[in-house]
Amino acid sequence: MASEGDRRADPEVASRRSRLLSGFRLEAEGAKGVAIALLSTAVFIAVVIVAVTQSAGWPEVKRTFFDWGDISSSFPDIARAFKLNVEIFLVCEVFILIFALILAVLRSLPGPVFFPLRALATIYSDLARGVPTILVVAVLGYGAPALQLTGVPRSRVFWAGVGLILIYSGYVAEVYRAGIESVHPSQEAAARSLGLSRFQAMRRVILPQAIRRVIPPLLNDFIGLQKDTALVGTLGVIEAFNQSQIDTNATFTYGAYLAAAALFVAITIPLARLTDWLIARDRRRRQAGALA
Amino acid sequence: MTAVRLENVHKSFGESEVLRGIDLELADHEVVCLIGASGSGKSTLLRCVNLLERLDAGRIFLGGEEITRRGVDVNAVRRRIGIVFQAFNLFPHMTVLRNVTLAPRDVLDLSRREAEQRALELLDRFGLADRRDEYPDRLSGGQQQRVAIVRALAMRPELMLLDEVTSALDPELVADVLNVIRELAAGGMTMLIATHEMGFARDIANRVCFLDGGLIVEEGGPDEIFARPKQARTQRFLERIIEAGRL
Repeated sequence: MASEGDRRADPEVASRRSRLLSGFRLEAEGAKGVAIALLSTAVFIAVVIVAVTQSAGWPEVKRTFFDWGDISSSFPDIARAFKLNVEIFLVCEVFILIFALILAVLRSLPGPVFFPLRALATIYSDLARGVPTILVVAVLGYGAPALQLTGVPRSRVFWAGVGLILIYSGYVAEVYRAGIESVHPSQEAAARSLGLSRFQAMRRVILPQAIRRVIPPLLNDFIGLQKDTALVGTLGVIEAFNQSQIDTNATFTYGAYLAAAALFVAITIPLARLTDWLIARDRRRRQAGALA
Repeated sequence: MTAVRLENVHKSFGESEVLRGIDLELADHEVVCLIGASGSGKSTLLRCVNLLERLDAGRIFLGGEEITRRGVDVNAVRRRIGIVFQAFNLFPHMTVLRNVTLAPRDVLDLSRREAEQRALELLDRFGLADRRDEYPDRLSGGQQQRVAIVRALAMRPELMLLDEVTSALDPELVADVLNVIRELAAGGMTMLIATHEMGFARDIANRVCFLDGGLIVEEGGPDEIFARPKQARTQRFLERIIEAGRL
């Protein structure tokens, strides 16, 4: 498209953006740059290590947090419990992606006729983003099973999952909406002028472009959700965080927390790298003028 | 037979009245060019005919049927009218072939094979067959605009609306697109064309309408309008065009 031209960033800006987006990218800087980066990193780490290990409380912290025996002995239990976090994450994410898309489409309906639907979707997003997730998880997780409704699941995990879906859909709907609004109105005009209905234009022309543009921010919300699965532990369900608490209570040391943190990080960091990579790839494509 | 008829069409955007009572009639196979300064209402007029804008007053008839009445199926109307925009508006996430087959498949319910056959015939006719698998960003502006014309033609419209289709093109790419339009005219397509290409308008139009301030100030055969304009406003407009070396 002709209008795509003005989005092509000049190299200066692009290179700054690339440094901001991925702190690990060095290939553009050359061998000398790599050497400087390695040296300054080594100095930085050395300073931090010296500062921490010279502190007055270090021996005690070392004993309670960094006991390798504690970490490795609690790891298998926590890893087993962590499976539940991953399952909650995967199942919830699917429902969030669908529910949020419906919310976003409702919010983008034009004209006065659809005002009630737009208003509802807007109020929903505002509420979902305004209420602390932990409250919703607690209210649903304890409250919904207590109602003892027939045909309604009583599992706390189920209701905690519902809570996460409700909250995260508010955020993800906003991401979708930003994507939908970023597609130029002329695209809809072109689709409608060919006789496509509003729904067909949305499905075939607007959403495919919108979603492609918001994949990186969507992944950011994935990362947040993966972390927030630990909230399910507050209901007494044994997931990674709760299991690590049990372990710390048994040993009076905190190595188990580090084991749990390592598991979360093992999932969220690759997701973060993937996000950066996708953003960078998207930018390269734009600069190449291709939208394959 | 009358292909399309506009009666007293009015359209405002907020405070500004862009169309202030347009009456216009096109016979079947007629080519009418709309000329006039930017902001004179040419584009809005075309968008009204395609029901992309809602009229404030007036009526539009397509093949004898009023398309501006309440409860009309706008999708069914737009199926019969092709429009090509100044900025092409191709779908950037689809290949050329998919751009052209989307509406025939989704709107006319053609099978994939039928739609592709129809598309490839048209692409071939306009020298674009080898571009079928490219994405729009890989094409020159002239090629993109020809694909946009093919995309509209694939619906086999009874009327084509062209909205300054060469204004966004580099000068050397204009001729290709104009030749496509000439070929359509020769094939008997009814067309309403908003254009700044005066030489082209003079050459292709059966009738030329000069718009100013939301009204058709003067209309007539191209020789009349370009050689012997009667209205002072038309004369002034054409003088400026000639000064700019565009006629």
